[in-house]
Amino acid sequence: MDQFTLNLIVVGATFALYIGIAIWARAGSTSEFYAAGRGVHPVINGMATGADWMSAASFISMAGIIAFGGYDTSAYLMGWTGGYVLLAMLLAPYLRKFGKFTVPEFIGDRFYSQTARTVAVACLIIASITYVIGQMTGVGVAFSRFLEVDNATGLYIGAAIVFFYAVLGGMKGITYTQVAQYVVLIVAYTIPAIFISLQLTGNPIPALGLFSEATSSGEPLLTTLNGLLADLGFSSYTQQSDTTLNLFLFTVSLMIGTAGLPHVIVRFFTVPTVRDARSSAGWALVFIALLYLTAPAVGAMARLNLINTVYPNGTTEAPLAYDQRPEWVQKWEQTGLLTFSDKNGDGLIDYTANKDTNEFDVNRDIITLANPEIAQLPGWVIALVAAGGLAAALSTAAGLLMAISSAVSHDLIKSQINPEISEKGELMSARVAMAVAIAVATYLGLNPPGFAAQTVALAFGLAAASIFPALMMGIFSKRINDKGAVAGMLAGLIVTIVYIFLHKGWFFIADTASFSDSDPLLLSIKSTSFGSIGALVNFIVAYFVSNATEDTPQEIKDLVESVRIPRGSSAAVDH
Amino acid sequence: MASQQDSSAYWSKNISIIKGCLIVWFVASFGMAILLRPLLSGIGVGGTDLGFWFAQQGSIIVFLILIFFYAWRMNKLDAEYGVDEE
Repeated sequence: MDQFTLNLIVVGATFALYIGIAIWARAGSTSEFYAAGRGVHPVINGMATGADWMSAASFISMAGIIAFGGYDTSAYLMGWTGGYVLLAMLLAPYLRKFGKFTVPEFIGDRFYSQTARTVAVACLIIASITYVIGQMTGVGVAFSRFLEVDNATGLYIGAAIVFFYAVLGGMKGITYTQVAQYVVLIVAYTIPAIFISLQLTGNPIPALGLFSEATSSGEPLLTTLNGLLADLGFSSYTQQSDTTLNLFLFTVSLMIGTAGLPHVIVRFFTVPTVRDARSSAGWALVFIALLYLTAPAVGAMARLNLINTVYPNGTTEAPLAYDQRPEWVQKWEQTGLLTFSDKNGDGLIDYTANKDTNEFDVNRDIITLANPEIAQLPGWVIALVAAGGLAAALSTAAGLLMAISSAVSHDLIKSQINPEISEKGELMSARVAMAVAIAVATYLGLNPPGFAAQTVALAFGLAAASIFPALMMGIFSKRINDKGAVAGMLAGLIVTIVYIFLHKGWFFIADTASFSDSDPLLLSIKSTSFGSIGALVNFIVAYFVSNATEDTPQEIKDLVESVRIPRGSSAAVDH
Repeated sequence: MASQQDSSAYWSKNISIIKGCLIVWFVASFGMAILLRPLLSGIGVGGTDLGFWFAQQGSIIVFLILIFFYAWRMNKLDAEYGVDEE
């Protein structure tokens, strides 16, 4: 059986599974549609949160970023997991007790202000749309590489599948489909890693293999890698290259950005009790950690394998001749994501750190997908990785579309435009909003704005600088009032956006940038790390404005008092 | 329902548990993996140093333990103050 048929069978089987689950878990009420009827077991919810959180970026890009960035990229590993500690202690249990459906709803009620709610809706929609574009592009890439259809056809197939189970099932359908998608993606990520770890170190657990001895040299794997990199003139894998200040602030931004992303927060509205909300964050991190503890091993081992492929006789000998290149190199050359240019005309693949003499360029995003081929693993493993990449992209896209549609139908239509709308009408408008969101995401996936990659920094910046501080102050302070919260959110938002635009260009038009991330405006703070400063500005402004204006009303103090105490959470179930 | 005094005692207990957990959270990530890494460079772990291990694996393991500890500790506190869910 050829590779194409194998890919088709494995991907087709997983899609049939998702559709079957969607039909089984149809949503009948708004409570089921928005919050899965609040009947989801915390372990199941943790697994769904894991799939929701781990996007095409985690599955496809992260190992490649680590492979080429080494120690500095630990910020991603710590940032994208450490945020769950903040969620579990500072947000999830109290928001579950509050017992409504959306993040803007809490901000609007707690700060008794429609303006605050609208600002939150705007942040949510910008952050979520940005993310969806990335997922849709990922779906297109995975389809075109593995199923040999063109990008557009791949996107339509992906959009149709998401449309089917998200519109039909709402949060309930999405949650149970995500459980299946989690299983597919974790198996697909782990199996090639185990094979490769066994080949290189003899240790079947990749996370332990990373710190074991390489069988080829008898020295630790990382020492071997550092030695090869030094021979070729690359910087050391384990040394710090970035400044400590930027590394610190980048990690902070990713952590509070994670805790402030609405599509992650709403997951904790689906569990039955406050008690479950606390442990569900832990289960989510267990399922995320299974991938995140493997990712650094995949990164380091892929880098080692790549060098060994180009220099089969060691870095002191001549590199591989171009006409003897393996099949996977030829395949990826066709996508343009891997290129060879014979600068010195000797027919050999010279791979070095020097830009003028290096002839081999590998796009970081292909590392995870090409990994099983680089390690010469069997065909079914390659098919599995294709299905895993699609599961990661589709599950995150569905979660984001859910967050967008509930913000539109619940926070805009029901609360501001037509408060008299019936439950049936609201359910209908949520489904229509979801269908429109899918259409917009598909369009943007087909015509990705040139700035798609940069806007990810914006999405995290927005979540870190606006949503996280507003939620935290709403729970931990009774004194922050409507004016303080609105001023804080706007101040955090504006400084962050301005700082990003100063470095990436106004509205991401590159010519208009006054600074660059290699030589930033403030000290060594890159625009991607500025969300943490934006959050600080938000806290400070909200504090001073609130103290200069009137105290919060008694009913708001009572509301804060009630979210702090678990008892009485079941009242929300029938909401 | 708990009285006003009980609930403020419960809340300040919660705050102090959170503070303790967040100190550990900070030390395991920003401390061991970034700020203190130069001081710990003498301690070797599989071809590199302890700071690198904390940055790529240790911090994540500590985060996991922290969340489950917090959930367990708060469930106990809820029962002590009679504010657990019926």
